[in-house]
Amino acid sequence: MGIHRMEIFEIVQPGAYTTVQDRGRFGYQQFGVPTCGAVDAFSYRVANALVGNFQGQAALEVTVLGPTLKVLHQGLIAVTGGDLGPLLNDNPLPMWKSVAIEPGDTIRFKGVKSGCRSYISVSGGIDVPAVMGSRSTYVAGKIGGINGRPLTTGDRLKKGEGTGKAGVGVPADLIPTYPREVEVRVILGPQDDYFSEGIKHFLAFPFKVSTKADRMGYRLEGDPIKHKEGVEKSIISEPSVPGGIQVPPDGQPIILLVEQTVGGYTKIATVISPDIGKVGQAKTGDLIRFQQVDIEEAHRILKRKEETFESILKAITQ
Amino acid sequence: MHERPRFLLAGDRGLLVEFGAVIDPEINQKVRQIFLSIEKTPIEGVTEVIPTYRSILIFYDPFITNSEKIEKKILERQGKLADRDIPSPETIEIPVAYGEEFGPDLEFVAHHNGLTPEEVIEIHTSASYLIYMLGFTPGFPFLGGLSERLFTPRLENPRHLVPAGSVGIANNQTGVYSIDSPGGWRLIGRTPAKLYDPKRSPPILLKAGNQLRFKSISKKQFQEIAESNGDS
Repeated sequence: MGIHRMEIFEIVQPGAYTTVQDRGRFGYQQFGVPTCGAVDAFSYRVANALVGNFQGQAALEVTVLGPTLKVLHQGLIAVTGGDLGPLLNDNPLPMWKSVAIEPGDTIRFKGVKSGCRSYISVSGGIDVPAVMGSRSTYVAGKIGGINGRPLTTGDRLKKGEGTGKAGVGVPADLIPTYPREVEVRVILGPQDDYFSEGIKHFLAFPFKVSTKADRMGYRLEGDPIKHKEGVEKSIISEPSVPGGIQVPPDGQPIILLVEQTVGGYTKIATVISPDIGKVGQAKTGDLIRFQQVDIEEAHRILKRKEETFESILKAITQ
Repeated sequence: MHERPRFLLAGDRGLLVEFGAVIDPEINQKVRQIFLSIEKTPIEGVTEVIPTYRSILIFYDPFITNSEKIEKKILERQGKLADRDIPSPETIEIPVAYGEEFGPDLEFVAHHNGLTPEEVIEIHTSASYLIYMLGFTPGFPFLGGLSERLFTPRLENPRHLVPAGSVGIANNQTGVYSIDSPGGWRLIGRTPAKLYDPKRSPPILLKAGNQLRFKSISKKQFQEIAESNGDS
């Protein structure tokens, strides 16, 4: 079977932080390799579905200030996630929709309207070598994407062969919105027993996303969360899961995300997996409120979100 | 050691199973026992298992299973496992060129502990270290077993760049930097062995639960091994 790879984009200007990501790198966490992958998995999956890709093909994750891409080959793209003001040849590029592109076209971004991260999928997927089973960029480990780093001016990206058709869109009522104050649902633990009043406080007050917010973790600012009197504020180092909320001795919580493997601070709660994307769409200055759910409720929310995705798939393939 | 393991929720896809509250080789044996058992005979719906100092972190697919089912399976399995089921750990030898440009803090560590640099090397190479877990950076080992005679505080100001392979001491810990990174450990030597090499299969040299020993080599041997690794 012949595999045709064509150059699809030249990076004219990389934007603030643009990386190649897929669903993540699994099976290596016991060796200290984090999963990486798209922070907002839902938007990433919808982007792939819109251009007729199978799930898991690589796309671009764009952060706040989008890149400028020169189109080198005809193809099909979709932009989902936060609205960073995408333009195709200076005209607004419709989001949550498959759009045909031609050689010589320019894709750029005007500026943030809502959210923090956009996903650009291309029919056939971004074609970079898979390392340990994934194309996701892992910057500290220098793997995935192009040489394990964010994209830079002059990079050329290839795509695989794809199917899919232009003009396919997500029904308006199924497109998520990204308000500047978000409610994120959490399950308490694993170290909630290090806190008592601190838990009430954590659930009652909003926390602001600081300037230190990236794919490793989000440092939040707010009224400090107090540990119980006399307990240790750190624990024996243990692996972290995406969404784990560490409370260091200063009481300012850190939501751990997808490029972190080990932590040594107490974790008061964990963001449920269907809400991690909401965290990833919050940007510096946005407010996050935490709402407690139990595990059964978390699994129901996860299943409902999967049903939403399924109905999007259905609408697309009709 | 906990009489019955503690099961702690780590979100809607993670379950932390804690076997004890302290760093202890016996507790870690329990960790290794159950970890190896799951590796050998997977539990339905379990997608990944990470062994740690005193616990295992289980990732699962909530569309297939849930934390209650896993808890039940772990307890059942633990009841059936006997100590004889644990294969003996393998020992891996890590060659280290100590001192000079490879270990700029060797003199400090010696002086701090009232030893000669030769004695530091002698003590550091005579112990066998338990690899409790890997993480922080890919393939970075959290080791147990450093002699009290070598305990040395971290640098007050971390270095901006510590080369991969650097062997260091921080308080009661010793370890090997697996990638170039900033770091505050006192550096006593460097290994030409690659703890992390994404082009190699397997990419990670070490495995949690195994033993590690350091072996002193000359600068010339360091160069030879580095060259045979394809490094200049």
